[in-house]
Amino acid sequence: MKEYQTITEISGPLVFAEVDEPIGYDEIVEIETPQGETKRGQVLESSEGLVAIQVFEGTTGIDRNASVKFLGETLKMPVTEDLLGRVLDGSGQPIDGGPEIVPDERRDIVGAAINPYSREYPEEFIQTGVSAIDGMNTLVRGQKLPIFSASGLPHNDLALQVARQATVLEEEGDEDSEFAVVFGAMGITQEEANEFMEDFERTGALERSVVFTNLADDPAVERTVTPRLALTTAEYLAFDKDYHVLVILTDMTNYCEALREIGAAREEVPGRRGYPGYMYTDLAQLYERAGRIEGREGSVTQIPILTMPGDDDTHPIPDLTGYITEGQIYIDRDLNSQGIRPPINPLPSLSRLMDDGIGEGLTREDHADVSDQMYAAYAEGEDLRDLVNIVGREALSERDNKYLDFAERFEEEFVDQGFDTNRTIDDTLDIGWDLLSMLPKSELNRIDEELIEDYYREEAESVEADA
Amino acid sequence: MSQATQDSVREDGIIASVSGPVVTARDLDARMNDVVYVGDEGLMGEVIEIEGDLTTIQVYEETSGVGPGEPVENTGEPLTVDLGPGMLDAIYDGVQRPLDVLESKMGSPYLDRGVDAPGIDLEKKWEFEPTVSEGDEVAPGDVVGTVPETVTIEHKVMVPPDFEGGEVVAAEAGEFSVTEAVVELDNGEEVTMHQEWPVRKARPSQEKKTPREPLVSGQRILDGLFPIAKGGTAAIPGPFGSGKTVTQHQLAKWADADIVVYVGCGERGNEMTEVIEDFPELDDPKTGNPLMARTSLIANTSNMPVAARESCIYTGITIAEYYRDMGYDVALMADSTSRWAEAMREISSRLEEMPGEEGYPAYLAARLSEFYERAGYFTTVNGNEGSVSVIGAVSPPGGDFSEPVTQNTLRIVKTFWALDADLAERRHFPAINWNESYSLYQDQLDPWFVENVEDDWPEERQWAVDVLDEENELQEIVQLVGKDALPEDQQLTLEVARYLREAYLQQNAFHPTDTYCEPEKTYGILTAIHTFNDEAFKALEAGVPVEEIQAVEAVPRLNRIGVQEDWEAYIEDLKAEITEQLRELY
Repeated sequence: MKEYQTITEISGPLVFAEVDEPIGYDEIVEIETPQGETKRGQVLESSEGLVAIQVFEGTTGIDRNASVKFLGETLKMPVTEDLLGRVLDGSGQPIDGGPEIVPDERRDIVGAAINPYSREYPEEFIQTGVSAIDGMNTLVRGQKLPIFSASGLPHNDLALQVARQATVLEEEGDEDSEFAVVFGAMGITQEEANEFMEDFERTGALERSVVFTNLADDPAVERTVTPRLALTTAEYLAFDKDYHVLVILTDMTNYCEALREIGAAREEVPGRRGYPGYMYTDLAQLYERAGRIEGREGSVTQIPILTMPGDDDTHPIPDLTGYITEGQIYIDRDLNSQGIRPPINPLPSLSRLMDDGIGEGLTREDHADVSDQMYAAYAEGEDLRDLVNIVGREALSERDNKYLDFAERFEEEFVDQGFDTNRTIDDTLDIGWDLLSMLPKSELNRIDEELIEDYYREEAESVEADA
Repeated sequence: MSQATQDSVREDGIIASVSGPVVTARDLDARMNDVVYVGDEGLMGEVIEIEGDLTTIQVYEETSGVGPGEPVENTGEPLTVDLGPGMLDAIYDGVQRPLDVLESKMGSPYLDRGVDAPGIDLEKKWEFEPTVSEGDEVAPGDVVGTVPETVTIEHKVMVPPDFEGGEVVAAEAGEFSVTEAVVELDNGEEVTMHQEWPVRKARPSQEKKTPREPLVSGQRILDGLFPIAKGGTAAIPGPFGSGKTVTQHQLAKWADADIVVYVGCGERGNEMTEVIEDFPELDDPKTGNPLMARTSLIANTSNMPVAARESCIYTGITIAEYYRDMGYDVALMADSTSRWAEAMREISSRLEEMPGEEGYPAYLAARLSEFYERAGYFTTVNGNEGSVSVIGAVSPPGGDFSEPVTQNTLRIVKTFWALDADLAERRHFPAINWNESYSLYQDQLDPWFVENVEDDWPEERQWAVDVLDEENELQEIVQLVGKDALPEDQQLTLEVARYLREAYLQQNAFHPTDTYCEPEKTYGILTAIHTFNDEAFKALEAGVPVEEIQAVEAVPRLNRIGVQEDWEAYIEDLKAEITEQLRELY
């Protein structure tokens, strides 16, 4: 392995060096500063005689005399089942004081695309115990379902609640498959990291978790590597070791900021709002690593968290994410200030894989219809609220008033359950029927007539009418 | 991707630099758009720029680890596809490599690099039946025989367009592979079942005609209000979550085309898997055979190489044109053209080209129109009639239709199905906004509907459009003063409009019956609502208060027509009951 002392330019996170041998694209580089510090980087562009290197740990301390060593291979993640229970930093080094990791294998962190022909369509319901998710935006194994949040909202509590409560309704006789959590933190604060770690330790979840933390004061460029390490580990656990892996990535906004930083340093032509034009492809290469593979036991389910700058979902980060992921869960500021926990707004939320994961034999026969009807009813109630502000409740018809009541009770009883309540899907749907029974049967036009016969609560309507 | 000409002249070069999917090579004697094999692993790429001694190549595979000094081989051929029997029931990546073959060749569920495979099976024997005999004169494009490609589709073997043509000297029935000659001509030309065609060039035809037949989709809002013609173009723009893909899937399942080419361009892997798993199990409503028997899938998901995403649209349309030449009606769905445009943008920015609007290359509009112009209702070279209809999904950032891809698309296409996030949020599906959408084919298609469905089809449609327009205006007032402040007749109009929305425009894609609605049923539902409208207004005139009309028990059953299998009887019965119950009120 040849060492060079040929750095010609240092700019932001980038280092340019002259070389006299061909260097492969994406190859890993070690740079040793005159102070003896070693930093790792990756080849961003390779031409004859000159390479551009992106340095993960920041370029501070590098000067033109630093030595550059090309390792002749692309970045790899050492993977083993023993990673469960370990805490690593953003570049994959253990920071929990535990024993050194003895890898079974070293895997390329740029995962190759899964052949769409080899995928298995996700349709196994994951019960998160959160009504607004299970009932109306059902998560299934192998799905990627991001949480669209914003600063100051309790997205982390929701992520933890899901990580804690997620179970799969196993058919009788099935062996309990093993469940694991891979947690990839990018640029979160120490306090947030502590919150996660404490919860993991308190609930004993750490034993079945692998934690990667790149903190807010860690080098930004490292953030581009952290999710890839996490996903490589997740894929190994899922497709080689048969685990059902839930990957939580937070905060994707910080990841995208890091991409923008590198793009700017390379003087690339920027796309929308200064983010690189290839951000869609780059994000897709992360999100698309969720899924199931035919003939393999395990699965990778992703819950990426992103904070929308200015609560704006047309910002490139949520926008591109929404186009790649299979739905999204919105955390809502208004619901949050009303004290609703978790403050999920079901209206803009969506799970694209819901339709195939619910129904008879999977959840319950009435699930799809109940969910549809609640959507329509809540949307109608929401619309009427605007009107009430202008004309007052008295000016509205009896029908409209029922919808207003529905919307209110929907938020208070269905959505607001607290971060510690774990509801079964039966509970969730029963609450749904309690609420829908406030409306006259003739309004339930999205529910099959037979199901109305079976589930509609006659008493509820009469109680309402009496009152 | 085509492999049959690999032994043509090769000029080798050497890699000078690598940056993601863009590689430059020195000393490569290549023409624009030649296909080259890059590096020791032989990654497939295409020449996109030549500057002095430096050739710029876009590589269709991941370039990690590839470095300067590695060889580049030129095939001397532009990017071509293999055309022949075996394209149906197949699933390809963006450069026509069959994904099932790749899986078994790579022995892994992941897409490895440097593995190539021909687009059609070159070994497989097909049952060839000649339609010409010795002594017949054939010209380029003429059909010389047929092959039963799938249970549904008879593949027609044609004289390639670049042949001279002549007298048939040999034509025999029998089992042949696609590379064997099946018909020989007196000038020595041998017709095989296999043709190659450069993807970026439209296949020749005699004439493009005005389309006069609808592509019936079985979707009420499309057939009923905004129809597309066979050979027409349509765009479906919409923000994420508004149902672009479901609409595209519905069209792929139910459109009455002979052949469907579905291009998943830069979209989700699981979605393509859904198509791969669902289509073989679904029946074609026309023939009862599995849908896959008429479908060719191209799946270049978002995480697959970006350069292959750029080419997948061309691969798709070339396959579509080939079946058109046989005289079939082909429908091509491209989901999504925005991802295609972004692939162009990504490559353009790596080339450091001067960007146009929002970073897209200046040639974006030209590429889009070139693509949509390949659609149409054609008289083919051999005098047959065939069509290619193109339906492109557009994914505007933030749902903003003023962005370049949507705008440049709208300048070309004649049908616009605007998806609406608000409708999607209230689970009104398909979430196609009836106020914003349009179809410029209406007038030329009306005669067909009049002849084949019902005489007053255009009038009924106009009635529905008028009611919905009126509702739109009234809603603005309702937002200010509440519904009860409106005069009774306007309240009733709102009620009728509500049924138009719920019973007619909404359609449940996941309900086994409602998912497909034949034009007769579409018309039937409309007349049922119209009956309610007429009877309700009569009752109102007779002094019945609007609340009582709204409370009529039979009316909400309008919403259930969609899910009825025996809808004819149901509608007749319902019309009678609504009429009876309303007349009882006065």
